[in-house]
Amino acid sequence: MYAFTYHRPKTVADATALLGQFEDPKLLGGGQTLLPTLKQRLARPSDLIDLGQIPELQGIGEEAGGLTVGAFTRHAQVAHSDTVQRVIPALASLAEGIGDRQVRNMGTLGGSICNADPSADYPAAVVALKATVRTDRREIAGDDFFTGMFETALEPGEIVTAVHFQKPDKAAYAKFRNPASRYAIVGVFVAVFGSEVRVAVTGAGPSVFRADDMEAALAQDFRADALNGASVSADGLNADIHASAEYRAHLVRVMARRAVEACG
Amino acid sequence: MANPNGIGAPVRRREDARFLTGRGTYTDDINRPGQTHAVFVRSPYAHATIRGIDAAEAMQAPGVIAVLTGADMAADKVGSLPCGWQIHSKDGSPMKEPPHFPIARDRARYVGDAVAVVIAETREQAKDAAELVMVDYEELPAAVTSLKALEGGAPQVHDDVGGNLCFDWHLGDAAAVDAAFAQAAHVAKLDLINQRLVPKAMEPRAALGEYDRATGEHTLTTTSQNPHVIRLLMGAFVLGIPEHKLRVVAPDVGGGFGSKIFHYGEEAVVTWAAKKVGRPVKWTAERSESFLTDAHGRDHVSHAELALDKDGNFLALRVATVANMGAYLSTFAPSIPTYLYATLLAGQYKTPAIYAEVKAVFTNTVPVDAYRGAGRPEACYLIERLVEVAAAETGIDKAELRRRNFVPAAAMPYQTPVALQYDTGDFAKNLDIALPLVDYDGFAARKADSVRRGKLRGIGFATYIEACGIAPSNIAGALGARAGLYESAEVRFHPTGSVTVFTGSHSHGQGHETTFAQLVSERFGVPIENVEIVHGDTSKIPFGMGTYGSRSLAVGGSAIVKAMDKVERKAKKIAAHMLEAAEADIEAKDGRFVVAGTDKSLTIGDIALQAYVPHNFPLDELEPGLDEQAFYDPKNFTYPNGCHVCEVEIDPDTGVVQVVNFAAVDDFGRVINPLIVEGQVHGGLVQGIGQALLENCVYDPESGQLLTGSYMDYCMPRADDVPSFTVRYHEDQPCTHNPLGVKGCGEAGTIGASAAVMNAVVHALSEYGITHLDMPATPERVWQAIRHHTPAQAAE
Repeated sequence: MYAFTYHRPKTVADATALLGQFEDPKLLGGGQTLLPTLKQRLARPSDLIDLGQIPELQGIGEEAGGLTVGAFTRHAQVAHSDTVQRVIPALASLAEGIGDRQVRNMGTLGGSICNADPSADYPAAVVALKATVRTDRREIAGDDFFTGMFETALEPGEIVTAVHFQKPDKAAYAKFRNPASRYAIVGVFVAVFGSEVRVAVTGAGPSVFRADDMEAALAQDFRADALNGASVSADGLNADIHASAEYRAHLVRVMARRAVEACG
Repeated sequence: MANPNGIGAPVRRREDARFLTGRGTYTDDINRPGQTHAVFVRSPYAHATIRGIDAAEAMQAPGVIAVLTGADMAADKVGSLPCGWQIHSKDGSPMKEPPHFPIARDRARYVGDAVAVVIAETREQAKDAAELVMVDYEELPAAVTSLKALEGGAPQVHDDVGGNLCFDWHLGDAAAVDAAFAQAAHVAKLDLINQRLVPKAMEPRAALGEYDRATGEHTLTTTSQNPHVIRLLMGAFVLGIPEHKLRVVAPDVGGGFGSKIFHYGEEAVVTWAAKKVGRPVKWTAERSESFLTDAHGRDHVSHAELALDKDGNFLALRVATVANMGAYLSTFAPSIPTYLYATLLAGQYKTPAIYAEVKAVFTNTVPVDAYRGAGRPEACYLIERLVEVAAAETGIDKAELRRRNFVPAAAMPYQTPVALQYDTGDFAKNLDIALPLVDYDGFAARKADSVRRGKLRGIGFATYIEACGIAPSNIAGALGARAGLYESAEVRFHPTGSVTVFTGSHSHGQGHETTFAQLVSERFGVPIENVEIVHGDTSKIPFGMGTYGSRSLAVGGSAIVKAMDKVERKAKKIAAHMLEAAEADIEAKDGRFVVAGTDKSLTIGDIALQAYVPHNFPLDELEPGLDEQAFYDPKNFTYPNGCHVCEVEIDPDTGVVQVVNFAAVDDFGRVINPLIVEGQVHGGLVQGIGQALLENCVYDPESGQLLTGSYMDYCMPRADDVPSFTVRYHEDQPCTHNPLGVKGCGEAGTIGASAAVMNAVVHALSEYGITHLDMPATPERVWQAIRHHTPAQAAE
């Protein structure tokens, strides 16, 4: 780890001010990606701005029938929240399946979506649950937030403060995890809002995406077997030593089926 | 009354209080006044000429004390890391043994090969400066996989090792095997890969070098399984330091699995550098460095053929294996794919003729050496997969085929056609115990249930036998070992009756502080809390060979017994004197020394006190003191054996294999502490299952970069990857040639489990016409196999 200066602001405004002061600052959420990166000397920020002591980034609450989750809410807090379990149980279940216990006790919602790891779980929920990402300066629709591999719509210096998730009629997340890292090789979040069905896929491609064919098929007939004719092309999907693109394409359908079945 | 801490008692590990509360003392916990920190500059290339090293900028960095290179070591006449075992090829020529310098001199030969070392006031300063060392590399093409390295025109890892061939060795009677194959009614054939593994002990390697200018004594504290071996190899061959000026300490060590047997370059570097800079030098590997530089395991590519007669009797076995040695020969590397592998190819079967050929190959990868089981898991996997193929092809039930070919218990001792003589074993009994444990007869019903749920189900066996208790020095020497393989012990009674045992074995997770103390408690009736086990320090213990190959109890424990025999003889003399009886009339029992036929007796405590307060000893006949030393050199290997059965369920939609049941029946001879034995079996099974389903060390075949360089990509088994195990052992086949009747249990689980799992996986997939799958049976590999095969038509 290279030396850096550590800051712990108490407000978002202070954090924003700090961001503007230094040459190469970096925001620190739960640190589950950033700290290993620093330890391996793969990044060299001049300053680390720890967002962990900012009250306005914390908390889980019901809002407009859905849920608002503060950016600094840790995965374990989401997983164990009575409110989340009551309003959107699929979101609690997703959080409970992230990484391992240590990761869940440290990692945060904001950190996860801002990092936009193609294998992260939360992006699937943000897209499927028609979320709105709130920042210190605006609101960004969940559909527009993830723009590519490790890329988001955030501008330099913009800080995510919370995410508002809409409450679906029913929803479920099915994940095929990497046995080593326990990231998603493929994760599929299926959510039903009235006649609209959303199928958001993470892990499989460079960034989370919606499986249009599957959404259409399920909107017609919300049963796992309705997916038999729908598929995702392997073109452009991720491939690594753990899973080829064609295997990932296959898993998208298997996980989508399981998510539909889990919706009940 | 039975001793609650004696032989056979499930005593909880005494060392665990220290380990579980964070009070162990590991190498990295030790800090010395004035200590400096070493960080290695390592090659980012698998193969590169080192054209020059410019350390000027690094030397200017804050806190830097020295930047040292291979040239500096050469100037100080530092030698090559020696290899402890010499193999001769078929043609009688000795193996190729290119130099292996602690820091590379002209060429880097694997990603991670040390090129320079930076020594600084702090670890972070050393890391900062290491980035400033400018190495002028000329990248060369790399030979990465063993088969490619053998091809004509492959890049040469060492200029003077033509074709990268280290040796081309064989064992057995080729003519007899050819003749048997000519008579065979059926031949089963199999190509298989035993993939490369990363050992990954919980504690990374570390080394701390010190030099005392006043006495001229060097001290190396290191994460070693065998400190005396390191002292001998490093002192005599690398640094030229005589034994009396070199102390090697291996304190608490957090796991080894073989990877901490070997003498590594970092140990020599910190010892040498401590004198050079005049201050203690510490190095501790980071996890990424462990992945890159700890000796790896396995990495065999084999072709095997089994000849059977029309009744399914095995006639002959023919095996050809290519073993990857990596870039240099690690300490015991050549022995692993030869004498610890091919000699085990008889398995539990009375196959009359066996012939094995092994080519060992240099590649641009980290050296490969012993990893838990070391050659024996490779042998077991090959035989047991091949037997399963033969069973499927001949239609003989796989349990029955094994039973038909077992060496019968009545045939013991049994001379195999591949050099070993098994002393005891009742293989049919192991199988008889195992079958009901897994409800073998109920498999069809369980399978039907799986099918109803859309799943596949399979059951697989592995029977194994291993050669442990390494090793009779005369046999090992004849086979090329450059060391003896005895063990040492000293049993020292103190005046008030407490005992210190000094053992040449080394505990790095095996529980010696408990098991060995049980031996003393049983023999002399001393409370276990009055027995201390000391190991791991060459300045305290007699010359010992350390712990590997499941040898500690069989060899080290036997040395303790021998030392206790001497203590008892001495105690009898003292008792005879004190009780005014003839020595021949003294009987020793449960710590009491009784004059036969009388009620006159003494405890060992009474005797110990007299031994150190000898006010009226007849000094011509009786020396003071009660402190005896012994060396034990085994007469034969020991032969733990067993039968493992695994049942799996496979999800054909995803290819995920779930181990739903696993039973291990083992014959370890006599068991001293059943709790520790069961723990050793559990750990071994998890590692074996890990190899079968999860673990795979992958180098990029072109660039030689390690692709599985962290736990994000190298998949370690976790608790939720394995079932609750059913573990049984029986003790009615004790070892016949050591005083405890023990065989060893450390590696057994690893040896049997991989084959049992893979046999179950292939069985589950057999309805698709799949006859073999290489490890690890990852979800994608299973799914791809399924989709490239067509399910057999439903049975008529």
